[in-house]
Amino acid sequence: MSTTSPTPPGAAAARSPQRPPTDDGRTGPGGPPKRRRPPTGAARENRAGLAFVTPTFLVVLVVVVLPILWTVLLAFQHARLVDIQGMSLFGDWTLDNVTGVFTSPGFWASLWTTLLYTIGATAGSVVLGLVAALALRRPFRGRGLLRGSMLLPYVAPVVAVAFVWEIALSPQFGIVNEWGGTLLGWDDPIAFLSTRSFDVSLLGLHFDIPLALLTVVAFETWRYFPFAFLFLLARLQAVPDGLEEAAKVDGATHTQRFRYVLLPQLMPVIALLCVLRFIMTFNKFDDVYLLTGGGSGTDVVAVRVYDFLTARFDVGAAAAQALVLAAFLTVLLGVYFTFFAKKVQEEA
Amino acid sequence: MSAAHTSPRGRPAARRFSRARFEERLFGVLRWVVIAFLAVITLAPFSYMLLLSVKPIDALLLDPGRLWVSAEDFTLSTYREVLKPTSEGGQGFVHMLANSALVSLGAVVLTLLAAIPGAYAVSRLKFFGGRQVSALFLAVYLFPATLLAVPLFVMFAKMGLQGSLVGLAIVYIAQTVPVSIYMMKNYFVTIPYSIEEAAALDGCSRLQTVRKVILPLAAPSLMATGLYVFMIAWNEFLFALLFLAAQPDKWTVSLGLQQLAGGIEVSKTVLMAGSVVLTIPVVLLFFAAERLLTEGLTSGADKS
Repeated sequence: MSTTSPTPPGAAAARSPQRPPTDDGRTGPGGPPKRRRPPTGAARENRAGLAFVTPTFLVVLVVVVLPILWTVLLAFQHARLVDIQGMSLFGDWTLDNVTGVFTSPGFWASLWTTLLYTIGATAGSVVLGLVAALALRRPFRGRGLLRGSMLLPYVAPVVAVAFVWEIALSPQFGIVNEWGGTLLGWDDPIAFLSTRSFDVSLLGLHFDIPLALLTVVAFETWRYFPFAFLFLLARLQAVPDGLEEAAKVDGATHTQRFRYVLLPQLMPVIALLCVLRFIMTFNKFDDVYLLTGGGSGTDVVAVRVYDFLTARFDVGAAAAQALVLAAFLTVLLGVYFTFFAKKVQEEA
Repeated sequence: MSAAHTSPRGRPAARRFSRARFEERLFGVLRWVVIAFLAVITLAPFSYMLLLSVKPIDALLLDPGRLWVSAEDFTLSTYREVLKPTSEGGQGFVHMLANSALVSLGAVVLTLLAAIPGAYAVSRLKFFGGRQVSALFLAVYLFPATLLAVPLFVMFAKMGLQGSLVGLAIVYIAQTVPVSIYMMKNYFVTIPYSIEEAAALDGCSRLQTVRKVILPLAAPSLMATGLYVFMIAWNEFLFALLFLAAQPDKWTVSLGLQQLAGGIEVSKTVLMAGSVVLTIPVVLLFFAAERLLTEGLTSGADKS
């Protein structure tokens, strides 16, 4: 790195044109300042830039880009972990893996589950984050403390918090069922994490709700609302006070001020958060795996990829699953950006 | 304050005025309800974790709903069991803590080394392809971990790096480099050019300027980024599970805890003690540097 950036002192100074040329040495103090410096400066900056970015670029290439390209290759090969040693990088092409993904039992159901889980958790965490940001907007005693502790779910290790939830929701010794029984009069303890569908009767109507899935969504909402909260609060505090004051003077109520003054200001951040959370949740593995192991109707695709990889050592099938998942995500994002992103931009 | 509501435009405000006052009251109350709710949902699970970790298992089974631990029940034997080495019949968490610390610190050093030059170049220098590279760095953030898991799993199996902590630290670079670049880039652009120019005039080469001027000035940002990487690496579970599951002496705390839960009969209170051990380092670090970290992460959010 050091050998490729022999940038002399003048390079940075050359950026500001009004500065006299400081090409020390070459054009002596008395010599007429030759006007060939600016392009050289730009060229030097170009070279320095390339020199500085190369190491980072190489690392990203090796640990991210190349492995992903390899996933694409693997998805179209017969590859099992046992015979991967002798396998060449190319060859033995097949479409079996990809067709296998679509025809394998439970794939479409699993994709549907993933989608429900993602939408629920994204919406939940952004909405709760927004509510939290609005509530904590104005100072009050202990706000700093609460703000700090509200980030706990986000920074705490997922394994630890997943176990706390698991134990708290346990039908045998969980505090939720115990209190539900004594305070709310639940007849039987509810197995939140292992009930595929739970029969609820409301006003004489019977509903089956996917309880385990909802619990996982609640967990995800709880764990990631601080992320949304953090960004929304930062944006809220950057909204100029005058805007709201003006609306207030004009007699706008709380809800009106929120709808017509604050929300338009927040919309770009909300849209960005939704996209980010959607992507992250769509590929989420650990939360579901730790809470339910992918059972009871929470069989998201990421957990299937893991199962293919570790239980069957079917590398090709796992790669194809992951690839199909990524392809779906790309399509969804493509739809979003072509149809909705512009609208959000305009509204803002 | 509410005087402002007798709107300057006057008469038709009568109905609106009452609505405004109604909403004022409603949201005044709702705000405190929400604040209390948030405090409960964020603090209760962690208090519950602490509470169970100092209870004997019989006390939990006897009365699961109790929110306190009586003086004669209070015990630290759960922690003793978790922390004692496996050779003495414990769960060996001290050793796992060391593994986790090693991997996380390794990941911090490697990620910073990898990210600093790129962040500097992207924030300061105009160069051919700069915008594309910058976009690529951000796009990496969006590549799903599941796509990476398969090839890395295969690659490490092939290279014999499976079960090596070094390999895991390398994987964590991939997980953290995009956000690290983003955080540092946002900080670098706030350092005035003139400082760099002054250094250049004093005869510093570009590399010297970065090392002796920019990096010391960016120390808060480097700290924040390092902390972020440390926390991600410490909490990470999927790759630890994929790479280390077969070698118990290499387990990180996250993995060790999960294996503990799935393995032979271990009481839930011991499990909670393990969770506390796993959580405390991250939480302490976080509170020590909360300001730094939240500002580092959200800087730029108010501009978008």
